[in-house]
Amino acid sequence: MDSHHSYSQVKGVSTGVSSLFIVSYVSSKTINKLIQVHDRIFCCIAGSLADAQAVTKMAKFQLSFHSIQMESPPLVKAAASIMRELCYNNKEELQAGFITAGWDRKKGPQIYVVSLGGMLLSQPYTIGGSGSTYIYGYVDAKFKPDMSLEEATQFSTNALALAMGRDNVSGGVVHLVVITEAEVKHVVVPGNKLPKFHDE
Amino acid sequence: MSEELFPEPEWLSEEVKTGTTIIAVTFDGGVVLGSDSRVSAGESVVNRVMNKLSPLHDKIYCALSGSAADAQTIAEMVNYQLDVHSIEVEADPLVCSAATLVKNISYKYKEELSAHLIVAGWDKKKGGQVYATLSGLLTRQPFAIGGSGSFYINGFVDAEFRKNMTKRECQEFVVNALTLAMGRDGSSGGVAYVVTIDKDGAEEKCILGNELPKFFDE
Repeated sequence: MDSHHSYSQVKGVSTGVSSLFIVSYVSSKTINKLIQVHDRIFCCIAGSLADAQAVTKMAKFQLSFHSIQMESPPLVKAAASIMRELCYNNKEELQAGFITAGWDRKKGPQIYVVSLGGMLLSQPYTIGGSGSTYIYGYVDAKFKPDMSLEEATQFSTNALALAMGRDNVSGGVVHLVVITEAEVKHVVVPGNKLPKFHDE
Repeated sequence: MSEELFPEPEWLSEEVKTGTTIIAVTFDGGVVLGSDSRVSAGESVVNRVMNKLSPLHDKIYCALSGSAADAQTIAEMVNYQLDVHSIEVEADPLVCSAATLVKNISYKYKEELSAHLIVAGWDKKKGGQVYATLSGLLTRQPFAIGGSGSFYINGFVDAEFRKNMTKRECQEFVVNALTLAMGRDGSSGGVAYVVTIDKDGAEEKCILGNELPKFFDE
């Protein structure tokens, strides 16, 4: 049985005040690990890529149906709940975890983690994937609530660069997605533009 | 009676490991070593206040991780061998010598042992030095981390380490790194032991759990 595993280093960050946040991932060999499930809601995937794609496809459909019924853009929590239902009810067969992040009118920017077995947790910042173990210390130390866009971008890029420096299956370029009320912006930082640390 | 009313607790038959966080960092004029204090056997904590920083000589310490028995034995053997050596050369031993002795044992018995020691200290010839001896290799580094908790702080130490820190900055750096690791690793915890070694000698310090720095936590 050959299952494609996406070893990726994935992170989401939210800042309360300026109602924006950033979702970032590392792409190796051009696999897209950042999936848009609605206008202002994205999902980062980790684990078995096939499972993750199947779940997000299903969630995207259910979410658009829900949003039509409600006649308004869906809440981020709704999107995360849909993912959680799918993960929990099929926990025996699936092996994928998600970070659902986005912006909605009710609560502004939010981040939800849906883990392997189907746990749903809201967090101000979160990391996942194989490279994430190396940067727990860094993000715990450096995260501050209510950062500005520049600070949050720098924080995410630094954390990813550090993880890529240590994890042998993370690398390549850094993709950042900035989601605000007004727009969704996709920024790519190539390997040679990443910050350098003391040993490089 | 063949039935057991009180079956033997699991932890009695589990190997005792110091699932750990250890760190050693050079600063301008010496080194600082740090460790947590948790010793686990399986899922139980069997000692919550163990000092994993073991003296090999007046100004040379080592930090223990891995199997507690193996690590302690290596440290004791090297302590003895280093004493003999320093009497023979009639001078304080070099940190490099201590590290080489540790490496020799680790390499020769690498199949039987499962312990990783970081050797750090100060000598007149090269000042403060840190040596990593994982699995029998010997390498000198500006700083070294080890143990199960060290994975979580790789990013942090990569980002925050600077050459030629002052003694205070270095101690803060070590305590911060230990705190972050203890906050994430289930096998690390308790109190933080910090040893500072410079030309004047070694100074041991214990920082209790509630005195450790706090980071952003919900």
